[in-house]
Amino acid sequence: MNTESQDSLAALNDIKRIMNQSSRFISLSGLSGIAAGVCALIGCWLAHPYIVGQKNYIINQQLNLPQALKQDFTIIFNTYLFYIAMGTLLAALILAYVFTYFKSKKDGSKLWGNTALRLLFNLALPLFVGFLFILKLISLGAIGLIMPSILIFYGLALTSSSKYTLGEIKYLGYIQIVLGLANMLMVGYGLYFAAFGFGVMHIVYGVIMWYKYEQKVTE
Amino acid sequence: MITDLNKIFDSRIRLGIMSALVVNDTINFNDLKEVLQITDGNLASHLKTLDEAKYITVNKGFIGRKTNTVYKITKLGSKAFAAHIAALEKMINNLK
Repeated sequence: MNTESQDSLAALNDIKRIMNQSSRFISLSGLSGIAAGVCALIGCWLAHPYIVGQKNYIINQQLNLPQALKQDFTIIFNTYLFYIAMGTLLAALILAYVFTYFKSKKDGSKLWGNTALRLLFNLALPLFVGFLFILKLISLGAIGLIMPSILIFYGLALTSSSKYTLGEIKYLGYIQIVLGLANMLMVGYGLYFAAFGFGVMHIVYGVIMWYKYEQKVTE
Repeated sequence: MITDLNKIFDSRIRLGIMSALVVNDTINFNDLKEVLQITDGNLASHLKTLDEAKYITVNKGFIGRKTNTVYKITKLGSKAFAAHIAALEKMINNLK
């Protein structure tokens, strides 16, 4: 190669780097994915006795859950499963934030820039629509469709936001969508689909991302 | 073939500014400065050149009391940028 074409190549690399840096939130750490996956597995393990075992769904009451929900869907906020799910989500979000915070410190990039806000908005839109949809399912007592819907809407959120962060996240999104659709055909196995989708796949994704983008930096 | 390359994009910084504008609807002065890691004066003079070439539009606004100047690529600018990239690619392919 002569210098002219080397210059052109360097210019194109520059263009690509600036395009990525100015439009994508790249501080999302692989460790955040691993931590979220571990939280999900712990959550599934905690939920297991309520779903598979004979423990009461509803705190201090023995009622048939779908029947009770049809009469008053706010009873969902009085179930052990609801608190396990919220606790898991909160723990996963906090840990994900912490690892991403440290990565942005290390990269020397701003955590709360326009790229982060754009990523959050694109994640939030499908999740919010999904949340309303799932509330309706709950009010119909269709508890078997809750987990498939969570997986599908979460997968859509990931694929729709892949333009605003590390692009590989879309593959994680596709997997969640496929798992959600499969779970829709196998109603009643939501816990296992959740453990695989939210637990195992987050850990796999996190490890791959960590090896690909972060290990080099530490070396 | 050299003539396909746009003189305005001889500067790496101007090329960088256009790269950022192509993938963002709008981008403000501070974000551009952070991505390109250059001084205010330097960035301002390159932005002026691009504005004069009608490759970008400048919109001065405020967020609270702080000025917030946002830049947007024009149709002419997108065309020129795409042509320049095509020319760069052609050079690499021909001279390999």
